[in-house]
Amino acid sequence: MKFLTKKRPAAGPLEFATTMDGATTRGGADAGSVEAGAALEARQLNIFYGDFCAVHDLSIAFERRKVTALIGPSGCGKSTALRAFNRMNELIRGVRTEGEVLFHGVNTYDPAVDPVQVRRWIGMVFQKPNPFSKSIYENIAWGARINGYSGDFDELVESSLKQVALWDEVKDKLKDSAYALSGGQQQRLCIARAVALKPEILLMDEPTSALDPLSTAKIEALLDELKKRYTIIIVTHNMQQAGRVSDRTAFMLLGDLVEYADTKELFLNPRDERTENYISGRFG
Amino acid sequence: MKKVAPTAVSAVLPSVPHRAARPYLPQRPDFKLDLAGRHARGNFWRLAFMLATIGTIVFLATLVLTIVDDAFGYVVMVNEVDPASLARDGVRLEDQSAEQLRLTLEEQLSPRRARALERESPLAERPAADLHELVLVELVKPNIAATYGLIESIFERGRIVAESQTAFPGSVLSFRSWINWRFMSTSQTARPLTTGVLTAFTGTLLTILITIVVAFPLGIAAAVWLEEYAVDNRLNRFIQLNIYNLAGVPSIIYGMLGLAVFVRGLEPITSGALFGAGSGGDVANGRTILSAGLTLALLILPVIIINGQEALRAIPGSLRHSSLAVGATKWQTVWSHLLPASLDRILTGTVLAVSRAIGETAPLVVIGASTFLTQDPTGIFSKFTTLPMQIYQWTSRPQPEFRHIAAAAILVLLGLMLSLNAFAIITRNKLRKNRRSA
Repeated sequence: MKFLTKKRPAAGPLEFATTMDGATTRGGADAGSVEAGAALEARQLNIFYGDFCAVHDLSIAFERRKVTALIGPSGCGKSTALRAFNRMNELIRGVRTEGEVLFHGVNTYDPAVDPVQVRRWIGMVFQKPNPFSKSIYENIAWGARINGYSGDFDELVESSLKQVALWDEVKDKLKDSAYALSGGQQQRLCIARAVALKPEILLMDEPTSALDPLSTAKIEALLDELKKRYTIIIVTHNMQQAGRVSDRTAFMLLGDLVEYADTKELFLNPRDERTENYISGRFG
Repeated sequence: MKKVAPTAVSAVLPSVPHRAARPYLPQRPDFKLDLAGRHARGNFWRLAFMLATIGTIVFLATLVLTIVDDAFGYVVMVNEVDPASLARDGVRLEDQSAEQLRLTLEEQLSPRRARALERESPLAERPAADLHELVLVELVKPNIAATYGLIESIFERGRIVAESQTAFPGSVLSFRSWINWRFMSTSQTARPLTTGVLTAFTGTLLTILITIVVAFPLGIAAAVWLEEYAVDNRLNRFIQLNIYNLAGVPSIIYGMLGLAVFVRGLEPITSGALFGAGSGGDVANGRTILSAGLTLALLILPVIIINGQEALRAIPGSLRHSSLAVGATKWQTVWSHLLPASLDRILTGTVLAVSRAIGETAPLVVIGASTFLTQDPTGIFSKFTTLPMQIYQWTSRPQPEFRHIAAAAILVLLGLMLSLNAFAIITRNKLRKNRRSA
């Protein structure tokens, strides 16, 4: 319950108007059980593009402060599933989602839940670095400002940049445009931008696929540090990367979750034949 | 590249001699390269594109040249009264004192005219330069006998001098720029020598100001709604389709609409009666600058909406996603990211639309722009005429002098448009620079 007792003991991060009066209905019992178990849990998640079912009956629980990798061949639904976890799929026309995604015991797909609030707790890093066309400083401060951060912004920017090991490189040019940074630096800035909101979960959609090997190595090293504070779910098409950075790995194929296990276990002793075929490079 | 053995090359090379002077590369017999033919076709089209461009430039240059030709040139002036006859005490007219000029005026003016001038401002108090001007206008009465274009003025000066002296003895030949400060700063009059463009210029400025103030915010707002908020359903697709169609509706139809809605329907508002304005002798009955501005705003609204939508659509989805992913609401995304990122495109499109509105004549004819107006508009509830209306009116006059006046007015209109465009381009470049560096 450490998280919940930080500021407002009565309510979980997804406060409803009904819990503002100090009642402990949602924050209390439910969140307690979640704290013990998963940081995020999907239950019978089905995602459709029109009639096409991209993710089929996905039930998966992500462990707190671990890196979980979603792997699978192109079109297996791993990115779609990832976007479902912070309701980013709603931005794509024609996407329909069924099932539940539980965060702190609250179904984030409950009509009463505002997706803005979900995204505030579950940050996202995209495939291509996409900083705002603002200064480096503003890239980090903006998200915090619009979400009503009341602390010291200079401090927040510094600590966020330090968390992604970017501070030393940019501390003298915080007012410069974010576009002046290299691709790898921009991607780390995007991670810092997500971190600045002090989220619980970071979703990463192939965060290194547009980067060179050196920048990739830096970001992979970063994940080891970040997982001490955040639960990380990373989609990658690179099995070596999954093996290097993740604690748990989920293998998806054609919209189905085939196997979900500790990374070592999954790569060394795959239970399912399809997993074995994929990780041994027989298709993909 | 590996060196190919000479025998292998000769085996692959066709035996047909090639026209190209360049050193040969190996060719395969099953590929017919036909470099000469392909390049010839390419060159043909390149030439065609170049000729099209040159043709366009020639057209535009001819247009500008015609206007400039009319706007400057020699004029032959014949005075009704010889200025030499107005000499007083042996002093030439140009050198006379205020007292001498006043005496001349008092002697020669008709009593009625003298009284009228006295009422404007007492003659005794006017400075000498002013009185000299009065003598010229009221007594000497210079008239234009003949005019020449700029090109003949430059290349056939000798002929013009000879011609003017034989045809109009005692005439004065002078080079005149029809566009001059006096022309820019005086209201319209009936005579070509004294008329000015200020009435139409003010009318155009005020009208366009209303058009921008109304069409820009409305258009951008509609574009944002259609592009970012509207769901993809039948009604919205229908609205979208109609906006596309409205952009192609002939402008005179908008004039009919403006006449029905603004001039007639909303007369209490557009005539200013509701606000207590326009109750004097000069009642415009809704045919005011406000009506004109609103009509032109309607005319360019679809263009601004479509352009705004395209500007928003050109923003990559990643920008929207990155903003929403840090917990921004849709409005915060639109305001902080989408609008700043698309502002330069929006501005470019708006300027193009406004340029079109400046040049519009047809809808203004329908809603009742005045064809001859000597009083400058004083506000948005005034009667009005605009530059294109004025140009049309001047070109349709039979006297040849008005052709030159019209050319001068066209230059004023072009200058206004160019400065508007330049302003927008500078603003846009500044925005782009700021966005890159900040």
